[in-house]
Amino acid sequence: MLDPKGPIGLAERSLIWTATWMMLLVVVPVIGMTIWFAWRYRASNKAARYEPNWDHSTRIEAVVWAIPCVIILFLAIITWKTTHELDPYKPIEAEVPPVQVQVVSLDWKWLFIYPELGIATVNEMAMPTNVPVQFHITSGSVMNAFFIPRLGSMIYSMAGMTTKLALLSSEDGIYDGMSSHYSGAGFSGMKFKAHSTDQAGFDAWVEKVRASGATLDMAAYERLAEPSENNPVAYYGNVTPSIFGAILHHSAPGMLMHPPAAADPAAPASPHAGGHAEGHEGHEGHAMRAADAGAHGHVGHKE
Amino acid sequence: MSAHAMNAQAHASHSAREAHHDAGPTTALGFWIYLMSDCILFAALFAAYAVLSPATANGPTGAELFDLSFVLAETFLLLLSSVTFGFGMLAAVGQDRPRAMRWFIATFLLGAGFLAMELYEFNHLIQMGAAPGTSAFLSAFFTLVGTHGLHVAFGMIWLATMMAHVMKDGLTDTNLTRLNCLSMFWHFLDIIWIGVFTIVYLMGAL
Amino acid sequence: MLGKLTLDAVPFHDPIIMVALGVTGLAGLALAAWITRAGRWTWLWKEWLTSVDHKNIGIMYVILAVVMLLRGFSDALMMRLQQAMATAGAAGYLPPDHYDQIFTAHGVIMIFFVAMPFIVGLMNLVVPLQIGARDVAFPMLNNLSFWLTAAGAALINISLGVGEFAKTGWLAFPPLSGLQYSPGVGVDYYIWSLQISGVGTTLAGVNMIATILQMRAPGMTMFRMPIFAWTSLCSNMLIVAAFPVLAATLAMLTVDRYLGFHFFTNDAGGNAMMYINLIWIWGHPEVYILILPVFGVFSEIISTFSTKRLFGYTALVWATVCITVLSFIVWLHHFFTMGSGANVNAFFGITTMLISIPTGVKVFNWLFTMYRGRVRLETPVMWTIGFIITFVIGGMTGVLLAVPGANFVLHNSLFLVAHFHNVIIGGVLFGCFAGFVYWFPKATGIKLDEKWGKRSFWCWLGGFYLAFMPLYALGFLGMTRRMNHSDNPLWTPYLYVALLGVLVIMAGIACQAIQLWVSIRDREKNRDLTGDPWGGRTLEWAIASPAPFYNFAETPHVRDIDAYWDMKEQGLSPKTHDFRPIHMPSNTATGVVVGAISTVLGFALVWHIWWLAAVSLLGIIVTPIIHSFTASDGYEVSPETIEAFEREHAARLRQAQRSPAELVGA
Repeated sequence: MLDPKGPIGLAERSLIWTATWMMLLVVVPVIGMTIWFAWRYRASNKAARYEPNWDHSTRIEAVVWAIPCVIILFLAIITWKTTHELDPYKPIEAEVPPVQVQVVSLDWKWLFIYPELGIATVNEMAMPTNVPVQFHITSGSVMNAFFIPRLGSMIYSMAGMTTKLALLSSEDGIYDGMSSHYSGAGFSGMKFKAHSTDQAGFDAWVEKVRASGATLDMAAYERLAEPSENNPVAYYGNVTPSIFGAILHHSAPGMLMHPPAAADPAAPASPHAGGHAEGHEGHEGHAMRAADAGAHGHVGHKE
Repeated sequence: MSAHAMNAQAHASHSAREAHHDAGPTTALGFWIYLMSDCILFAALFAAYAVLSPATANGPTGAELFDLSFVLAETFLLLLSSVTFGFGMLAAVGQDRPRAMRWFIATFLLGAGFLAMELYEFNHLIQMGAAPGTSAFLSAFFTLVGTHGLHVAFGMIWLATMMAHVMKDGLTDTNLTRLNCLSMFWHFLDIIWIGVFTIVYLMGAL
Repeated sequence: MLGKLTLDAVPFHDPIIMVALGVTGLAGLALAAWITRAGRWTWLWKEWLTSVDHKNIGIMYVILAVVMLLRGFSDALMMRLQQAMATAGAAGYLPPDHYDQIFTAHGVIMIFFVAMPFIVGLMNLVVPLQIGARDVAFPMLNNLSFWLTAAGAALINISLGVGEFAKTGWLAFPPLSGLQYSPGVGVDYYIWSLQISGVGTTLAGVNMIATILQMRAPGMTMFRMPIFAWTSLCSNMLIVAAFPVLAATLAMLTVDRYLGFHFFTNDAGGNAMMYINLIWIWGHPEVYILILPVFGVFSEIISTFSTKRLFGYTALVWATVCITVLSFIVWLHHFFTMGSGANVNAFFGITTMLISIPTGVKVFNWLFTMYRGRVRLETPVMWTIGFIITFVIGGMTGVLLAVPGANFVLHNSLFLVAHFHNVIIGGVLFGCFAGFVYWFPKATGIKLDEKWGKRSFWCWLGGFYLAFMPLYALGFLGMTRRMNHSDNPLWTPYLYVALLGVLVIMAGIACQAIQLWVSIRDREKNRDLTGDPWGGRTLEWAIASPAPFYNFAETPHVRDIDAYWDMKEQGLSPKTHDFRPIHMPSNTATGVVVGAISTVLGFALVWHIWWLAAVSLLGIIVTPIIHSFTASDGYEVSPETIEAFEREHAARLRQAQRSPAELVGA
């Protein structure tokens, strides 16, 4: 995190330093004053001025309210700006279209699906350097957080809904990824490697995955979803289309009757899954409401 | 019963003296603060209901389940019980024990009627396949309405206890303070029920 | 007959637990033997367990907190040891199954059964004295509240030996805490211990608010209340407003687990995010429930030991009120990484920062209280200065975490762990210790040993920095919290230093134990004869130490914020005759009985022993009803008794060669 390899991480590091310096402006003097006052006005120092009834000074009060107010005002402005700039849902602007990666956290491993490439991997992912990566993240079991510290922001993964994260690696390398939200016994081993290489290297990696004969269909997913710890890397050369949408609703039995097309958040034209869970369709009749509310239930991000 | 009441009434004014001198207002204030905390408990349940009420998970919706006229009758029982409790309190403050007791009994019966109707409704819903485990919406519904029902049941136990107290010691200061708290509790449950009726039943059914 | 309970529930296979149980059992036996030998059982029952005296109840709360602190600290030590051993690919000595219970128990115990009872205990002990009251508004309820808290603590301790504790983290987020992913009894222990103690806490909050609003001595307007009473009032208002949300949330989790409801499940429309919102709507105010009273403690101490009026009293009060209100609109900062959208995140980030404004004002007020004062650097002041320095660092890291952009990389890391320990140890715990030393003479009549007190302070302060500064660094290095083992060799040295820090803190705790031992051993020398060992300013110092059971022989009249200082300046000497009888409430066993049955109820529910649950629930309903018919109306303390007490106090004052008037000094 101290040595970020992408624009998001860099921006976050510089934000941390800016905020820290601003606060140190007041924290250091306060610590200094604490020690100085305690020493200067120690009981044995009879030379110091003693005014036992002095308990109010409008000037000092004004200053002590003003100082934190000013600092917080500046911080608030920075916060407002950076929160919008660094919103994990905000796509990264680039000339090339982003690589789509669908991520599923399972007990206790990470499943990566490349819907455009029709491949999937476990506990290893790759991305071309300097190309934005658009993650759609869900969970097959409990809550986790998807985090590649070197690249920046983390985001929760939660069952029955997707969260989104946009990252970009600006330097070749192999970066550690992990779950940063405790999820049970195998949590500590829930790690993966994120490979950032040039386009050729990425293509070679894709070919390597393709070369694996394994297919990720629902049956294979069910086997994978069984709890296991410290999973080895695994490759799936073939992936059932729209499997992410099926997984998304898999943890909600009875929801599978929902048309899968509308549920696939990676389909470029479709609105983000769950975005329309709020009430207005509720009036249009029972079938619509039930399917809608039950299936999409939770809204990760209102768009 | 009234003969006993008459007898005991004569002692009421004596035992009233022995109570804590100015505990009444403090007790009422304390109880009122407790009611506020209870109110927040219900607020959390209402919020949960509001979030989960669309989450019917292909199960039945409120519009299909709720019988407004039934619930309206239920509502009137509870509202009426607040009125009878009010009259009971007036009689109690006026040291008219037999009359107070009659009103309290009426209140108790109305409360029991309300609870019986609620239990009937719950049973009916479960028979129809609309059990709390059917969907998040029904979980929230049963929890919210059921918590209110538990409060009413508790209020009835308390009311029965208070009737025993009044029979034993008469309308002493201590008992009046307790009755005052109970009356706040009972009216509070009425207010909560109006919220339940509006948000759960009316908005669910219409 | 016994539900899910079988002999397998006792973890015979785990030597660590069995040794812990053995040691605890032996210590309990030794204590019981000692009480029996001293013939103190009746005394214990009559004077303490059934006592409705707010001072005794306050002391019992603090004893509970200290005992639980030892348990919570043992957990901390084990975690630090595990993480230091299990680095660079090693497995360490605790498998995840056990380790996960330990960090959950550590969090739950430290917040609910150390910090809370310590704070509630101090408030109980001090607030009625500070406002010149005879007791709290509802003495019997006060006793019940304590026993409900103790029942929760008992359940969590039972879970050590019978079954298991939750493996979910201290807030038990679903779906992990749901039946599907946590089928064991651990989460049930969690639920019932918190639910039962939470009821106790709510009732204690109601009681304390009514006390402060209704029972102040004549002349004590709201803006003449000691600052500790003010912060206690705000803290208790937060309790009453926030704890019902916890109760409702836990109840929803309960019906999910017991009756197949779908509040937070992955299926049937359940919504786990709602749990996270609800629990933090309680959880964030909870932080202020803990910190506000210690702000009060520090304010009292800094003014008393600077021998000077508190600077900016009104500003401090308003700052406290601001924090009270703001604490309800910041909860979302605990999960910026849930994808709530930039506007929502920015809003909650900024409201969070706003809290640092009134907090900053408080810090300046304490500084300017020392300014032009005569600061006596005794142990309570050492804790206060240690607090100010540590707390501003914790505040700074807190504001940093409140910036969503920074939070996106720091959340859930050891940086976060370091931050909240920074404010909870450096703030709440230091405040509790400061208050402990400060009011110990009032509670017991004995001053604590200065030398060992300072030693313990330095160990705690140094140990804290050694233990938690490396965690800040580890957060920056990408280490996330709650890891059972790690394989990054870069982290290893930091984890070693953190372990060393915990060992230094352990030395601090040992110093405190020695301090207690030495002080009680030399009690004749350390006795507080005057009732006013520090040159106090508020009413609790106007009476003897330990405070007589009726508190004030005659209700004081208040003219100033520093009511007692004002009396000393007026040269008022304590009254020794012409007392009027005092009406006192009688002790009652109802609280302890209901508490005991609640423990049984919790245990029965954890193990699905339904008949026992039904019987104990009935007991909990019937006991207070019986109490309402049989409770005595209290008793009168005769003027002669009061006179005897007060004359003795006056005589001791003379023996100490100081009259209250002389205490003012120069």
